[in-house]
Amino acid sequence: MPDATGLELTAQELRDSDSDSIRDTEFHRGRAVLVANPEKIRLVLEHLRSKGYTFLASLHGVDYYPHEPRLGVLYEMLDRSTVDRISVKARVSTDAPRIDSVVDMFPGANFPEREVYDMFGVVFDGHPDLRRILMPEDYEGHPQRRDFPVGGEPVLFTYNEEQSYGKYM
Amino acid sequence: MTLTGRGDSEQSGSTTLTEDYRKREESITFSSEPAGTGETHELLTLNIGPHHPSTHGVLRLLATLEGEVVRDIKPIIGYVHTGIEKTAEDKAYWKVIPVVERMDYLGYYFNAMAFCGAVETLLGTEVPPRAQYLRVIHLELNRIASHLVWLGTSALDLGAISMFWYCYRERELILDLFEMSSGQRMHTRYFQVGGVMEDIPRGFEQKLRQFLKIMPPRADQYADLFEKNQILLERLRGTGIVDRETLLELNVTGPLLRASGEPWDLRKAAPYSSYDHFDFKIPVGTVGDNYDRFRVRHAEIYQSVNIIQQAIDGLPEGEHITTDRKVALPPRHELATSMEALIHHFKLVTEGFRVPPGEAYYPIEGPRGELGCFVRSDGSAKPARVHMRDPSFSNLQALAPMVKDSYIADLIATLAMLDPILGGIDR
Amino acid sequence: MEVKRQKLGDVNDLRVRRHTAPDLLRGDMEDKDLERYVTERVLTTTVERAVGWAQGNSLYPLTFGLACCAMEQIHIVAARVDIARFGFEAFRASPRQADLIILSGRVSIKMAPVIRRIWDQMLEPKWAISMGACCTSMGVFNNYALVPSDKFMPIAVHVPGCPPRPEALMHGILKLRDQIQGNAPAGWRDRYEAEGTEEVLPEAGTQDSADISVFRPGDTAGA
Repeated sequence: MPDATGLELTAQELRDSDSDSIRDTEFHRGRAVLVANPEKIRLVLEHLRSKGYTFLASLHGVDYYPHEPRLGVLYEMLDRSTVDRISVKARVSTDAPRIDSVVDMFPGANFPEREVYDMFGVVFDGHPDLRRILMPEDYEGHPQRRDFPVGGEPVLFTYNEEQSYGKYM
Repeated sequence: MTLTGRGDSEQSGSTTLTEDYRKREESITFSSEPAGTGETHELLTLNIGPHHPSTHGVLRLLATLEGEVVRDIKPIIGYVHTGIEKTAEDKAYWKVIPVVERMDYLGYYFNAMAFCGAVETLLGTEVPPRAQYLRVIHLELNRIASHLVWLGTSALDLGAISMFWYCYRERELILDLFEMSSGQRMHTRYFQVGGVMEDIPRGFEQKLRQFLKIMPPRADQYADLFEKNQILLERLRGTGIVDRETLLELNVTGPLLRASGEPWDLRKAAPYSSYDHFDFKIPVGTVGDNYDRFRVRHAEIYQSVNIIQQAIDGLPEGEHITTDRKVALPPRHELATSMEALIHHFKLVTEGFRVPPGEAYYPIEGPRGELGCFVRSDGSAKPARVHMRDPSFSNLQALAPMVKDSYIADLIATLAMLDPILGGIDR
Repeated sequence: MEVKRQKLGDVNDLRVRRHTAPDLLRGDMEDKDLERYVTERVLTTTVERAVGWAQGNSLYPLTFGLACCAMEQIHIVAARVDIARFGFEAFRASPRQADLIILSGRVSIKMAPVIRRIWDQMLEPKWAISMGACCTSMGVFNNYALVPSDKFMPIAVHVPGCPPRPEALMHGILKLRDQIQGNAPAGWRDRYEAEGTEEVLPEAGTQDSADISVFRPGDTAGA
């Protein structure tokens, strides 16, 4: 991981190139995070790629309920030559959950972006094929959001077993 | 290129997005309309359905064929989606371990290791050296077991059916070892946050050494069975070749990447859990075809045996789990004498330990590639987000370039050598 | 040389029986001898039991594996717990040819209609075994994404475990074989002589307030 000063230097470089691209930096337990502006995410990732972070290890979403903006998209970047990891976080709100897609820069982001769309509802502009990937195509709702219920079947006892299962039980 | 959204398309949100979505959905339904014309013949869309003997789980493939040649392939997943990440948000950290273990169901120790590593990073606990060595032993045993299942089922797909029984003979020995150390054959909950659940019993070391002695000659037997089978060699050599750069762009890791010549292994590049104490090699391929993938995984079996041998020879004395009583259960005999131990036990069992708020991403080298666990904690006893970065999920994206313009038989061989585990893909 | 004439000796002697066989064919055998002759050689049964015996011993399972339980299901084909001992090693890939489907693993909502279609394509007589905790009840994951298999298809045998050992699955398959052959295993109440322990649910409205117990089934709203 870049240490805290390395992280600040990278953030400064990005702020020099575009002033509102980085909103914040976090450094916790050895992990460096750049909190980026979701509208400038392509710029940030392109800059990081030019600095050597060429491998997108993971692209996933987090729901920060109840802190706004709720939906965060995280990009875990990896520099294979120096074995260095840096994370980029972009937070969007549920009212306007749009962010640019990075599939043309990192073709391996295809499936993960579909998964974030499926689970959180974040729409990736420019994604060639944004469909639900894990849930059935006509499913309504975005399951991984914190206000989506976990669901499931009630525990069956003798008194409720006939009501719960269908005619086959 | 504009940086703020699609230039030409609608800004009026949901309805047109739905129309667009429906249009995309129609493109993947299997209809009786012909799919156009290829170079010489008409294209046919064939559904290699979720229930198929050789899809290694419930993977659905929509193959666009021209004659016998595959022109395009679209994997459709989600048929074993279990909502593991959602369930994990509902349970205390201790209870997440069995839930997360069932994700990549052949590398169950790896899932638990990634999760425990992420939580240990957030807590800042030290794992004692004996626990680290025990973890390495079980991880490498699980790697061998996973490769044996891959080898057996791949050989079954490709027609070399007798290999299956030989591989499962060894896998039974490994599962016996797991049963000895933890009581369960699969999904053992042996790794806990801070170390391992229990120390290894008497007789485990002896049985392990016995196993290590017979494993390399048995692996030689597998190589013989494969090498002398001309049909298998013809099917594997020269098929499914993708170059290194494409694989790196698609975020492919693991034996698939190493088979194409890139020596990237997290055990060597970013060692975790005292992997840097051991001396082992990483098999790397040259051409990047299916034969290289087979060879890389087969050679990894020998290297894993090597690592386990070094680990069991140099197993240090000490605790098998961290002594921090706020994280790990105290041993039972202390409960009779110490009041603090009783209170710690009570708190840990009822509520669980609290993790200070933060986020951590812990990547390890699984049998299929980089398995990473992202944990976000908000200070309570339950995680706020658990995400497993599964290697097969990214590796599946490499299927399309691998099988383009090759025969269906090569598709089956490539799918076998890709080693997808649908539990990990679908989570 | 003296020729002794004697009555025929022990009828269990093979030579003696061979000599009495022509008597049977000619119709000369007596009642008692005839009865003993027939019972020694002929097995009588009902058609149902005969057919059940044949079906139970020749199950063709479907190659169907969903998740982790499928790994243990593959182990019953391997050498230690050998399913070929019982004659069930002919796994069929096509549901039209199989008669046993072992649901091994978690059934997600996307997969449930697919399994139902496969079940419909199987020809009668057909049986289903629900292997593992996830398809029997919801298993470890009681959430939005899974469906218990009892909701969409009839299951003959449920095998608990997560995952059940291959020996446990084998036990379940053999219990199914007993069911098919007509020897359905006795419930635990018969085995342990526990008659009278059945839970009797009172009809609605027959409870009166003079009952000592204030707990009524269905009241466990907070449990």
